[in-house]
Amino acid sequence: MGASPTVPLPAGAALNAPKLVISGLGKTFRGDRGDVVALKGVDLAIGENEFVSLVGTSGCGKSTLLSIVAGLENHDAGSLAIDGKAIQGPGLDRGVVFQSYTLLPWLTTLGNVEFALLAAGKSRKDARDIARAHLSLVGLDGFADRFPAELSGGMKQRVAIARALSYRPNMLLMDEPFGALDALTRHHMQELLARIWEQHRLTVLFVTHDVEEAVYMSDRVAVMSNRPGRIKSIIPIDLPRPRTYDMTGSPEFARLQREVLSEIRAESIAIAALGDALT
Amino acid sequence: MPGEKQEQSAPPAFSSGMFSLTATVSGRRFITIAILVFLVLGLLWWGVAKTGLVTPLFLPSPEMVIARLQELAASGKLVDDLIISVYRISLGFLISTIFALPIGILIGSYRAWEAAIEPLVDFIRYMPVVAFVPLTILWTGTGDAQKFLIIFIGTFFQQVLLVMDNVKSVPRDFINLGRTLQMPEWRILMRIILPSAMPAIWDSMRISLGWAWTWLVVAELVAATSGLGYRITTAQRFFQTDTIFGYLLLLGVLGLTTDQAMKWGHRRLFRYLRVQR
Repeated sequence: MGASPTVPLPAGAALNAPKLVISGLGKTFRGDRGDVVALKGVDLAIGENEFVSLVGTSGCGKSTLLSIVAGLENHDAGSLAIDGKAIQGPGLDRGVVFQSYTLLPWLTTLGNVEFALLAAGKSRKDARDIARAHLSLVGLDGFADRFPAELSGGMKQRVAIARALSYRPNMLLMDEPFGALDALTRHHMQELLARIWEQHRLTVLFVTHDVEEAVYMSDRVAVMSNRPGRIKSIIPIDLPRPRTYDMTGSPEFARLQREVLSEIRAESIAIAALGDALT
Repeated sequence: MPGEKQEQSAPPAFSSGMFSLTATVSGRRFITIAILVFLVLGLLWWGVAKTGLVTPLFLPSPEMVIARLQELAASGKLVDDLIISVYRISLGFLISTIFALPIGILIGSYRAWEAAIEPLVDFIRYMPVVAFVPLTILWTGTGDAQKFLIIFIGTFFQQVLLVMDNVKSVPRDFINLGRTLQMPEWRILMRIILPSAMPAIWDSMRISLGWAWTWLVVAELVAATSGLGYRITTAQRFFQTDTIFGYLLLLGVLGLTTDQAMKWGHRRLFRYLRVQR
């Protein structure tokens, strides 16, 4: 492979002006035992209100890329911009949902959502009202006074989603948000998130290693190469909206899933071959 | 269904007794076991003393010890010793904690401050506290200030390191959460790191309070005119082994009580950690 390929935005009615533009992005971790090039020449553009999933083998740098977009990590090459403005550090314009639920254990569910709203400068009363509305959005009306220790994993992640949405960021960044949940809960959460997204429309960058999840949720799936990670290919998912779980049984869904999987598989095989060469 | 019933009566795959790994013990049974151990050891002590194989000078009987404690209590000496020692440890521990908390939080949160302070703390921490006793007497005399100083030297440096570790174990994602909410650094420190580390810090204080008792008695043994440690030294001079035994038991009871009080406080303050689904 030569220079990093430019990624064309696929034509489609859902796509508006690009919201997030990443070009030539590179990241190297410097360590005592040598440098690790995590990302090299990452090009990706995400349209306004588009749902894009980032998939790839483990260690390919997809979480690192998300952290850089969140502003939690620096990059050392290339550029990234939201609405044409370069990203400098974290900001309230981007809501982040981490895989570890990151609910503050000393606050109730309501308190956790309010915490974000108060940080965002809302008044106490507004924070309370908005927090209640968002808990009800994720179906946790009756759980406002519970502490995180009283909630299941799925419920915790619902609170985290409510919190990230509550202060109205225009981008949602999700780092394997359902990775720690059991299969059944994960399906519920995917349906919930799809429903919220279809109603409230915002730009989402979603990191996952679950291909079915990526296809089910996304407008486009971006497959990353092995380290150093770059966007290897982009697969548009032109399944109709609203998405329902019946669709996962359709031949079109199966075809898309196979397509994404074969792209990732090529990378896994490359890793395996490298392992064989070393032994 | 008949099949299900059979399954219910099937023997468990592992031994489910009290002494198997991961077995739970009810609160009442826990206390019963604990008290039983005390009773057995007490009986053993009483039995050995009763046989007369060991002279009372080395091992006084429980009755002798209790009688001596009653005598000291009646004369008011016991209460005086207790009050002065509790006063010294309270203030000494408080001073140490007031300094250790902010410094521990600082070096746990900022690598640069850790580099500046942690090696120094480690360096001093390895100096035996008892070796400071002559120096502290030289500096401050034999009054209460010297007791505070010994408690401080013995407790502070340990506390700083414990608090540093407590703060360091705050999940990175908690701090990242604060960052994504654009909270200023000091606010992340006060609103996220501190409350998050608080339960662990409380436990560190509980553990270091136990050590503070040791340093208090050390200081009182060497140079004091009052207090529990002082009474033990004078008792040794007059071969009053029963007083020594009595005061050692008293120190044990005091330690156990404060420890339980701290544990109770932990349960009250950090109830949110314990609520179950």
